[in-house]
Amino acid sequence: MSSTTAETGPSPTPSRARAGKPPVAPALRRKHRRELRVALAFLSPWLIGFAVFFAYPLISTVYFSFMHYDGYNPPSFVGTKNWTYILTENPYFWTAMRNTLWLVVVMVTLRVIFGLGIGTLITKIKTGAGFFRTAFYLPYLAPPVAATIGFAFLLNPGTGPVNHLLGKLGLPQPGWFNDPNWSKPSLVLLALWGIGDLMVIFMAALLDVPTEQYEAASLDGAGPFQRFRYVTLPNIMPIIMFAVVTGVIQTLQYYTQAMVAGQVASGTLSGSGQNYFPGYPGGSTWTVPQLVYNLGFQSNDDIGAACVVSLVLFVLAMAFTSLLMRRRAGLMGDD
Amino acid sequence: MSETLTLDSAPSTSAPAPRTAAHRRAVRQRRLNWIAVHSLGIAAALFFLLPFVFLFLTSLMSDDQSLSANLWPQHWVWSNYVNVFKVPGFTDWWKNSIEYSVLGTVLTVLSSIPAAYALAKFRFPGRRAAMMAVISMMMLPPQVIIVPMYLLWTNQLHLTGTIWPLVIPMAFGDAFSIFLLRQFLLTIPKEYLDAAKVDGCGEFTTLRRVVLPMIKPAVSAVALFQFFYCWNDFFGPQIYLAQNPDAWTVSYGLQTFHSAHHTDWNLTMAATLLVMAPVIIVFFFAQKAFIEGVTLTGVKG
Repeated sequence: MSSTTAETGPSPTPSRARAGKPPVAPALRRKHRRELRVALAFLSPWLIGFAVFFAYPLISTVYFSFMHYDGYNPPSFVGTKNWTYILTENPYFWTAMRNTLWLVVVMVTLRVIFGLGIGTLITKIKTGAGFFRTAFYLPYLAPPVAATIGFAFLLNPGTGPVNHLLGKLGLPQPGWFNDPNWSKPSLVLLALWGIGDLMVIFMAALLDVPTEQYEAASLDGAGPFQRFRYVTLPNIMPIIMFAVVTGVIQTLQYYTQAMVAGQVASGTLSGSGQNYFPGYPGGSTWTVPQLVYNLGFQSNDDIGAACVVSLVLFVLAMAFTSLLMRRRAGLMGDD
Repeated sequence: MSETLTLDSAPSTSAPAPRTAAHRRAVRQRRLNWIAVHSLGIAAALFFLLPFVFLFLTSLMSDDQSLSANLWPQHWVWSNYVNVFKVPGFTDWWKNSIEYSVLGTVLTVLSSIPAAYALAKFRFPGRRAAMMAVISMMMLPPQVIIVPMYLLWTNQLHLTGTIWPLVIPMAFGDAFSIFLLRQFLLTIPKEYLDAAKVDGCGEFTTLRRVVLPMIKPAVSAVALFQFFYCWNDFFGPQIYLAQNPDAWTVSYGLQTFHSAHHTDWNLTMAATLLVMAPVIIVFFFAQKAFIEGVTLTGVKG
C-alpha cells in the first residue's frame, strides 16, 4: 500500500484541515478519500446490522402502529385508532406506565445512593479488601432469572427463610412478591442486591479524586461531611449523572425480573403454554415492556397496539439517551 | 491523661512524631474507624452472600423438608444435583445455552472489532453520526423493535424455534461491544499505528498485528459481557424459542422449573445454582478483565 507518503505528510491536525479551508493538498484529499473507503469497509458489517436490525424494524414499528394487524390476515390502515386505544381504552397501559415510572424513580435513586455507599465503603476497607470486593460484586453476576427465582424463594411469605427469621425476631412478616404493596419494593431489594456494577464504577471514580484536595480541605478544617459535600461530590458528579441516566434507560426496559417474580409468586405454569398473565399481584408488577409482549405475542395478537407501546418506550428511551450524548456525560469520547 | 502524656512523650527519640495526647487520640480514632468500617463491611457481606447460602442449603434438602420453613438440611441430599439432570429437557437446555453463548460471543467479537477500530481511528465524514447511531442502538430497549423482528424471522425466514434469530444479528456488530472497544481504542496513541504503516502494513494488518495485541483486555471484557448476556438472556428466548421446548436455553427453561415441579424447591434451587455457576466460574478466572471493562463503560471521557 502507498499510504506511507500520505501518512508522513504534514498532518498534525488532519481533521481540522478538512473542515474549514478549501485548498486542501491533493495528497491529503486522496488520503481522506482512502480513509473513508477503508472506514466503510471496516464498518460494513455493522452498517448492514444497523439497516436490518435497527432502521428497518423501527420504521416498520411506526408503520404497524397505524395498521390493524393480527399477524395472519393482511394489515389494514386504521389511522390513529391504535393510539387512542392504547392511550384511552387499554386497561393496562397507564398501570404499566405508573409502575415503570415508580421503578424509575425509586429503583434508580436507591441504587445510586446504595452504590455510592457500597463504593465508598469498599475504598475504606483495608483488611480483606479482596474478599469484600468479590462478595459485594458476586450477586451482580447472578443471571436475572436465577436471582429472581432465588429471591421468590427467599421471600416466600409462608416458607421462605426471610420471613422465618423475621418471625423469630418478632418482626412483621410482609407478603413480599405476593402483596401488591410489597411486590415493587421486593423488586427494588433484588436490584439493590445486584449493585456490583455501580459499586465498581463509583469505586473507580472515588479513587480518582485527587488526594491533595482532601488534604487541603482538612487543613481548612473541613469535617468528613464537608469533605464529602465540597470535594467528593463535585468530583464524581459526572459519574453520578452517568449512573442516573443509564439507570433510567435500563429501568425503562425492566422486564425479566418483573415477569419471573410475578410468575413464580403466582404459581402459574408457564413456558410454551404462556399462561402467565403479567402484573401479579393485582397489576402491581405490570411494566411497559411487558405490555408490548402481552399485546404482540400473548393474548390478543394486537400487533398495531403493541407497536404503539413500543414507540412510547422508544421516545422515552431516546429522550434520556440524548441527555447522555451531551458532552458532560462524556459518552462521545474525544470529539 | 496527663501522667500518660509525660510517660509517653519522654523516650520517643526514634519516632518521627512525638507521642502527644493528640497523637494517641488520632490512633484511637483510626482504630474505631477501622472497627466501624469493617463491621459495616461484614453486615454488607452478609446481605450479599446469605441469599447464596440459603439457596445452597435448600438445594441439599429432601423433597419434604424443602417445603418446610427449615433453614438447615436434616440430611444432606447431594443426589439432588444428579437428579436435577433427570428432569426432562434440562440437559438439552444446557447444550442450547452453551451453543448460543459461544456462537454469540465469537460472532460479536469478530464483527465488532473492525467497526470499533474504524470509529476510533479513522477520520471520515459521518463519523459522529455513526457514533450517535451506535449509542442509540446500545440504549434501545429490545422491546421497541421486537414485533417487526419477530415477523421477519417467522414469516420471511422461518427460523423461529431455533437459536438463529438470537445468534445471526450478532454477526453484524453489537452496539455495546463496539462502544466499549472504541473507548479503549481511543487511548492507544496514533503513533503506534503510524509506525506500523511506515513499516508497510496495510490497515488490516495493522489492526491484526499491532492493535489487537494492545486491546486484549478490552476484547476479553467484551467477550465476557457478551457471554454473560447470552447466558442470561430471557427476553430473546421467550420470543423466539418459547414454541419449541427442545430449543430452550437454561435461563428460559429455569422459570418453568418451579411451576412444573412445584413440589420441589430443592431441585429448583439446585438448578438455579447450577445456572449461576458458569457465570461465576468464568468471572473468577477473568476477574481483572471484567472489572476493567465495567470501569471502562462508566469512567471514560
